[in-house]
Amino acid sequence: MTAVSEIPEQRFRARVSGWQHRLLAFSGLIALIVVFSLASPNFLQTQNVITILQATSVNGVLAIAATLVIISGGIDLSVGTLMSFCAVIAGVLITNWGLPIGIGVPGAILAGVAGGLVSGLLIARLRIPPFIATLGMMLVYKGLALAISGAKPIYFTETPFFIKIATGSVIGAIIPSLPIPNGVLILFLVAMAIAFVLARTVLGRFIFALGSNQEALRLSGVNIERWKISVYALAGGICGIAGILIASRINSAQPSIGQGYELDAIAAVVIGGTSLNGGRGTMLGTMIGALIISVVANGLRILSVSQEWQIVVTGLIIILAVYIDILRRREA
Amino acid sequence: MTDLVRMTSIDKSFPGVRALVNAQFDLRAGEVHALMGENGAGKSTLMKVLAGIYKADAGDILIDGQSLDIGSPAKARDAGIGIIHQELNLMPHLTAAQNILIGREPRTAFGLLLDEPALNARVAELFNAMHLNLDPATPVEGLTIAKQQMVEIVKALSYRSRILIMDEPTAALNDAEVGDLFEIIRRLKSEGVGIVYISHKMDEIKRVADRVTVMRDGAFVGTVDAKETPISKIISMMVGRELTNEASVVPDLSANPIVLEVDGLNCGALVRNISFTLKQGEILGFAGLMGAGRTEVARVIFGADPKESGEIRIRGRTVPINSPQDAVAAGIGYLSEDRKQFGLIVGMDVRNNIAMASIPKFIGPLGMLDESGMRDAARDHIARLAIKTPSERQETRLLSGGNQQKVVIAKWLLRDCDVLIFDEPTRGIDVGAKSDIYRLLNELAAQGKAIIVISSELPEILRLSHRIAVMCEGRLTGILPARSSQEQIMQLATRLGDEPTTRVMQ
Repeated sequence: MTAVSEIPEQRFRARVSGWQHRLLAFSGLIALIVVFSLASPNFLQTQNVITILQATSVNGVLAIAATLVIISGGIDLSVGTLMSFCAVIAGVLITNWGLPIGIGVPGAILAGVAGGLVSGLLIARLRIPPFIATLGMMLVYKGLALAISGAKPIYFTETPFFIKIATGSVIGAIIPSLPIPNGVLILFLVAMAIAFVLARTVLGRFIFALGSNQEALRLSGVNIERWKISVYALAGGICGIAGILIASRINSAQPSIGQGYELDAIAAVVIGGTSLNGGRGTMLGTMIGALIISVVANGLRILSVSQEWQIVVTGLIIILAVYIDILRRREA
Repeated sequence: MTDLVRMTSIDKSFPGVRALVNAQFDLRAGEVHALMGENGAGKSTLMKVLAGIYKADAGDILIDGQSLDIGSPAKARDAGIGIIHQELNLMPHLTAAQNILIGREPRTAFGLLLDEPALNARVAELFNAMHLNLDPATPVEGLTIAKQQMVEIVKALSYRSRILIMDEPTAALNDAEVGDLFEIIRRLKSEGVGIVYISHKMDEIKRVADRVTVMRDGAFVGTVDAKETPISKIISMMVGRELTNEASVVPDLSANPIVLEVDGLNCGALVRNISFTLKQGEILGFAGLMGAGRTEVARVIFGADPKESGEIRIRGRTVPINSPQDAVAAGIGYLSEDRKQFGLIVGMDVRNNIAMASIPKFIGPLGMLDESGMRDAARDHIARLAIKTPSERQETRLLSGGNQQKVVIAKWLLRDCDVLIFDEPTRGIDVGAKSDIYRLLNELAAQGKAIIVISSELPEILRLSHRIAVMCEGRLTGILPARSSQEQIMQLATRLGDEPTTRVMQ
């Protein structure tokens, strides 16, 4: 009853527009790599590549948490300080209380889930706007981390295995020529797992539906409060994983290290083409976004550009990425 | 035939409004029952009660002869009632199939994982059963409004609805698509589904409906046979009420110059080739049903939406209006139907709101605001328009609707606009304040302002207008003299166009 020829065309257009941004981000990443490797022979050396990947791991994991929340139409400003709070919990459990790593690590991740649950409850039940709720929780976690640790770092000197969690290399043990640190492997596994959750599970479907049209989802008879809370809880758990990674990398739980990470995480999400309006976004895009941030930082450092200017460049890239997204939408 | 639905003595009030007064309605299996009435007659409210979205204050609802307390959308759905809303309720980023079975996705692996192939297959079956040629995996945002409408219909039917409510389903469809929809309706009828069809379009009612129930002012007027009852009878049932209000007194405008001339204006589906003139001191009423394009015309004239083609002339000179800024500079003021959102800054006081469009007048030395000048101007207009406020420092949100409207009017008077466009000037204003506003509009016209009044209330149009422009589906179907009858207006407002009007969602 309708012209058949219309259908493939419409699908094509909808798909291309989503791909365009990721393709652009990916080409941007490649272009950056080419430019930096031409500018400095050190850039593409194995050791530097591993440094870049290792530097991406913590921000990458946090960006995954931020992506989930942003696709669902929310925002989470507390991912950074929740991460350091979880690191401190790991320090308390493992170093202060002498519990085994096998309890300390899941304990820290559970602390992250609990933190996410609180944010979710504030947002879904008390209807506090996500920006405000997570801004408040950002300060709560920051303060708690300082209070619990006595504002001093907790070191993992008595548990030498802890440092291996992020810095050891399972892959390197099997393939000696490929000493990729575990932190990078964990980032990869988390990204794969969450990509799967988004694509194949009910939670994933509702994350997109919430961000796309929350009211339509509610009128379809779905308990949107419960699912919203789940999104924040899952994101909180991922922050817990990031907390373990960062504590392991620097072999200590630093109570105030996380502040500022939330902005890098959101930057990675935005550069990767996830819409801040919700309903749209991919794991692959976020990973590319996180890599772009680390590559820029690393490349500029190798070229002896001062850190101040690295920050300026990152800021400009964020603005450029969002502007490209706006242009894309205008054409569509 | 058995009664699927019988609603009797339904009352429903919202704060300040009695939306339904002793309303009644019934629906039989396998029939299309049209529900008609003017804007605000209570059609949608009655159907939202049936669909469990509103709870009635009083009255009985029988489904299959059994009394049923429909308290929620979920309960209505369990009773086999599906509703397709006037405004589409879809998730644009999800595919058609994902939208249709949202919350009921086929799953695998102990119910944890989604089974996308099964999802698409099930929806493909639904599409096939309806003879719809649509790919279930297409994202909804890539579909035309018409196809989105079809997705809504399939979604409603996928709950095995035996009672299907369609609220103006053809508002966004072109003729071919309307034909497709009617084909589906006929098929559903033959399967015994009862359909409530809300529409303003007479020819559609004649084509598709078996019976027509007319509502007016929230009450039941009557139920008639759709095929045998002449259109004029149905219209007079809809309009019904006697004209008790005084009619407008048309001044002699023959010597007055033309202030505003609109020529061949086009913008999207709702502004199609609009041309009219407006004289100094004239009040031109814009009548039409909801969605006829009246507000859209005003927005284009005001530069809020870009025009595709056409010319706007002020006092014979063509003015390029590309933004509200240009329009204001050309002396056009627009008073939005949504005062609180677009007309006022409700958290600010009366003084600042009145001065808001004329700030350059009040910039003193060193760029400081001339507060005493603003105070004097505000006090002057408060006195002139008889705005009831304790002082010019009162926050506008604390004023009544009528006085808020006067503040908006004061704002544009201070800006010294020659052309004032009022969009639903008395919406949400109580009866007493309404006649105040009417008097004010007449005074403004007498002072030489050229005025456009957009209103969905026919008595208001008839009382105010010196001439009446009637719109239907984006076209100006006629300009009537004052003292025309409501029937004449309704006839023009329901005249179906010959041009298809498909809109594509961005």
